[in-house]
Amino acid sequence: MNRKLLLGDEAIAQGAIDAGISGVYAYPGTPSTEIMEYIQKSKFAKEGKIHALWSANEKTAMEAALGMSYAGKRALVCMKHVGLNVAADAFMNSAITGVGGGLVVAVADDPSMHSSQNEQDSRYYGKFAQIIVLEPSNQQEAYEMTLGAFELSEKYGAPVLLRITTRLAHSRNGVDLQERRKPNEISLPEDPMQFVLLPSVAKKRYKILLSLQNEFVRESETSPFNKYFKGTNDKLGIITTGIAFNYLMENLSEGDLTFNVLKIGQYPIPIELVNKIYNDSEEILVLEEGYPLVEEYLRGLIAPSKKIMGRLTGEVPRDGELNPNIVAIALGFKMETSFEPPDFLTNRPPALCPGCGHRDVYKALNEVMENYGKQKVFSDIGCYTLGALPPFNSINSCVDMGASITMAKGAADAGLSPAIAVIGDSTFTHSGITGLLDAVNENSPITVIILDNSTVAMTGGQKASGEGKIPQICKGLGVEPEHVRVVEPLPKNHKLMVEIFKEEIEYKGVSVIVAQRECIQTLTRRKKALIKSKKITVTK
Amino acid sequence: MKKDIILAGVGGQGILSVAAVIGLAALDYGLVIKQSEVHGMSQRGGAVISHLRISDKEIYSDLIPEGKADMIISMEPLEALRHISFLKPGGWIISNNKPFVNIPDYPDKNKLYEELNSFPNSLLLNSDELAKKIKAPKSANIILVGAASLYLGIPFENLENGIKQIFGRKGEEVVAINLQALKLGRELAGSSA
Repeated sequence: MNRKLLLGDEAIAQGAIDAGISGVYAYPGTPSTEIMEYIQKSKFAKEGKIHALWSANEKTAMEAALGMSYAGKRALVCMKHVGLNVAADAFMNSAITGVGGGLVVAVADDPSMHSSQNEQDSRYYGKFAQIIVLEPSNQQEAYEMTLGAFELSEKYGAPVLLRITTRLAHSRNGVDLQERRKPNEISLPEDPMQFVLLPSVAKKRYKILLSLQNEFVRESETSPFNKYFKGTNDKLGIITTGIAFNYLMENLSEGDLTFNVLKIGQYPIPIELVNKIYNDSEEILVLEEGYPLVEEYLRGLIAPSKKIMGRLTGEVPRDGELNPNIVAIALGFKMETSFEPPDFLTNRPPALCPGCGHRDVYKALNEVMENYGKQKVFSDIGCYTLGALPPFNSINSCVDMGASITMAKGAADAGLSPAIAVIGDSTFTHSGITGLLDAVNENSPITVIILDNSTVAMTGGQKASGEGKIPQICKGLGVEPEHVRVVEPLPKNHKLMVEIFKEEIEYKGVSVIVAQRECIQTLTRRKKALIKSKKITVTK
Repeated sequence: MKKDIILAGVGGQGILSVAAVIGLAALDYGLVIKQSEVHGMSQRGGAVISHLRISDKEIYSDLIPEGKADMIISMEPLEALRHISFLKPGGWIISNNKPFVNIPDYPDKNKLYEELNSFPNSLLLNSDELAKKIKAPKSANIILVGAASLYLGIPFENLENGIKQIFGRKGEEVVAINLQALKLGRELAGSSA
């Protein structure tokens, strides 16, 4: 048997390859990025048998995947949890249109917010869209569930959501692989109106989705990913979802606990299995990586007769990811640590790289803003968000992709002057362009600084969709050409940058300053590659 | 057989190649591993940690429970102490003693050394200097792996195979230098044991 050491993300990627996908669509976002990257490195992508290129954002990715599915071929679309907010319109409606070729939406949640602005639980989106959700507990399951997800998607003609969380996404384990399925040929929907969601069609399609709900529950009851282990001690029944099962087993394997355990990996929630463990046990403990979704169901509005414990009752913390220690405490085990870090240790937060162009922009911006007062700089999501921290303390917002421009506009509408937006090139093409058009249409007095390092830097340097096109895009949207300025953020250009920032802040209309310099990380990598291929030589 | 190892350092210091060498060595020896790592924002010069679990039986949790780690291998003295709550009584600390100062309030390094030396099983190595001495400045990490090798429960030749697998595509010279670094670490740990 073919066995590979894979990250959870890579196991999904390999699963999708072996499920016979013809395309994968994604926008980079921790902790989901490695799914696309793994497929891009595969021979199928290199030979052009799998389309594997980054999209401008999660919505365009979701729609392209749906288009591939319409044409009868299998498609995977991947994103981080907040990316599903961006893709939500297409995602929700894909449940109504249904699919042609198998369509799997892989979403990586980030409980504890290691690299995110919230810890929303994507299982709720699955419930919202009323589709099947799969949630692996380990890398092997991530692989098998991806294969299974494509089968379920084609069996029911509906998209399937595959949800993982950070720890599984970025943890390696051996995975046993299967033969690759043959990809689909092109085929069009039997009903030419299936994807035309005019109200008359949508009403029919929605009834079809509703008619599948009982089938979905039946699939859950018999799914190999939902397992009930009847113990010998009925005092406690433990329900786990996803990776929580591992933390439970970590604790059980050391003691000799014999409680009833229900492991859930496929949704809708298997009603009969839940009833079984509830009836068999005196009390229930729910362990979920994420929000208390199963727990809320169990508790309902009218309290059940038996005690149910979990995140809502304090046995498990209300927020943050689980770990073996949290689960041990929930089980009532005593946790002992022998050592505590001494109190003189200092934190080491991430920081902008030495030599990064963002540093030069913030230095110049801080000098200019001394004359205009504090808290007037809206920013966005990327490496440059680190400019909120010392030593820069330059920016005052980071909310969602593209919000810097529109928040600056709204603040300007309210009378705040000046109102500045700082946004990266990839975030701008992801979701900033439409906001800039709003500002242009009203000639809002805002100054937009686009940090153009020609890459998606924070997630490791993926290809940026607006590479080399940022000034043209701004001009094309209608920003006055003389107010689209390009600067090279280098220490030697400090004075020039200060001057240009001042001039454009003084202009009472939309101005854009594009600070163009390659990311120091991608530059270093590119140079190393050139030296290695002997295209350039280094003289010492 | 079960070894739980916390790998610590600063983003960019290469804890992932240490994890890869030990992980591949464990696989080469016929064991199973789970290894979780940090991607994303912290990689920009922040504190990073990797959990490496090696066993001859199925491993469930991707994370090591606090108070259960057999060893902390750290590229940096402050980072060795940051994760000290993971260490079990009698566990080993193997750390580079060279501070990586990218924060304004880095603690007094002598206080760090004092604290680290107060553990009965700690080994602080000047691996940066040692690596320069053998003309392998990039192999300070591998010297630490060599030092740790006495306590890993994996035969030395499997670690050598791990090095060959990781560095093989970079050429024989790079493999040879790293094998030398591994051996040096082993000898240093042996002589101080």
